[in-house]
Amino acid sequence: MGDVEKELRVSKIKTGTVIDHITSGKALAVLRILNITGQTGAIISILMNVPSKMHGKKDVIKVENRKLTKEEVNKIALAAPDATINIIKNFKVTEKKSVELPEFIEGIIKCSNPGCITNTSEPAIPRFRIVSKTPVNLRCVYCERITGEKELLAQF
Amino acid sequence: MRLKGRDIISLEDLSNEEISFIFNTADKFEPIARGKKKSSALAGKVMAALFFEPSTRTRLSFESAMQRLGGSVIGFAEPTTSSIAKGETLADTVKTVEKYSDVIVIRHPKMGAARLAAEVAEIPVINAGDGAGHHPTQTMLDLYTIRKTMGKFENLNIGLIGDLKYGRTVHSLAYAASRFNNKLFLISPPGLEMPREIVGDLSAQGKEISETFDLSKVIPKLDILYVTRIQKERFSDPAEYAKVKNTYKIELKTLETAKPTLCVLHPLPRVDEISSELDSSPYAKYFDQVFYGVVIRATILSLLLG
Repeated sequence: MGDVEKELRVSKIKTGTVIDHITSGKALAVLRILNITGQTGAIISILMNVPSKMHGKKDVIKVENRKLTKEEVNKIALAAPDATINIIKNFKVTEKKSVELPEFIEGIIKCSNPGCITNTSEPAIPRFRIVSKTPVNLRCVYCERITGEKELLAQF
Repeated sequence: MRLKGRDIISLEDLSNEEISFIFNTADKFEPIARGKKKSSALAGKVMAALFFEPSTRTRLSFESAMQRLGGSVIGFAEPTTSSIAKGETLADTVKTVEKYSDVIVIRHPKMGAARLAAEVAEIPVINAGDGAGHHPTQTMLDLYTIRKTMGKFENLNIGLIGDLKYGRTVHSLAYAASRFNNKLFLISPPGLEMPREIVGDLSAQGKEISETFDLSKVIPKLDILYVTRIQKERFSDPAEYAKVKNTYKIELKTLETAKPTLCVLHPLPRVDEISSELDSSPYAKYFDQVFYGVVIRATILSLLLG
């Protein structure tokens, strides 16, 4: 866990998931993407703007007793493309993976085109195909307009 | 090749082979569309025309096409007369109307509305214009008119003139014409140029595009001149509009250096961007284009309904 251990401000978790190297300031966006509301009683630790060797500053989230699925993990890439996921068992990292944007995004973000049918009261869930990953460009399945990284980040 | 049960939302949903197949099939629908040959191909079938925005040509030509094929038409021409006025969603309207009909033709001000309708409906949906989005039967009839007039719709020099920035028709035509190896000449006043992302898209695909403000420079090269209206409301300065309007008006003298086979098209309605003196010239094909709209729509309805 490198950076996390050195800058540890909350105790190690026994079992769960540590999301490291989240773009500084985007931890809350990541929680939103993962639909983690804190209402289930699970212990969640959030570190924001902690020093990072790689990026100067970063956010870290620790979710106890929960293993994130690959699909959940990949959605994080929308807000935090450099994030890494550490699966913890008995205080040890048993699995480490980086996030990778999926080819298809559904229901997390809004289309940036105000004239799109998804920005009305219609039951149309915004869906996007990934046009490019760096920078992130998403094409709306409905109106076909591109939502770029800037518009995307403004939503988180 | 079968298109039965398919939705026609964007031309991108159709392969080049499918477009050619539709055109080859269309030839035999011409006498039917002209009323010279009776058809009962779609007898007993009902087309629902849901026009959430006003339209004359598109709606009437779809209705004419359906009736020429022996089918019947239900629908509305403006949302104020529908349950939309009571606050019903498009999705619910579509789910209801599909119980009354065999095919839905929809025009809606929001982009992606037709795609949503197609997802909701089990019967075929044809997009008749979704805001600034697609209008695939217009693009097909444009290409079909070119094919009928020139004998082919590939390897031609196609000029698009007028408001290339906001015109949905020219955007779709630029993409579609490029798919068939036509060279594009984009002619517009400064400020109304083709959006950079479209030019970028096509250039990245290696398509041949040339842009100019001056029609006279390119007119001798053109096989097709596709004219669109420049709308007054696009200009903040009325004097600038008046200047541009005159510069881009097509008259017989504008075409003095044109090829004798030049074909002038316009999606209509025209205001005064093409002088009426052109109407009786061999260049004018815009009213043929209107007729081919019925042919193409009859062909598509017939293919979708099997």
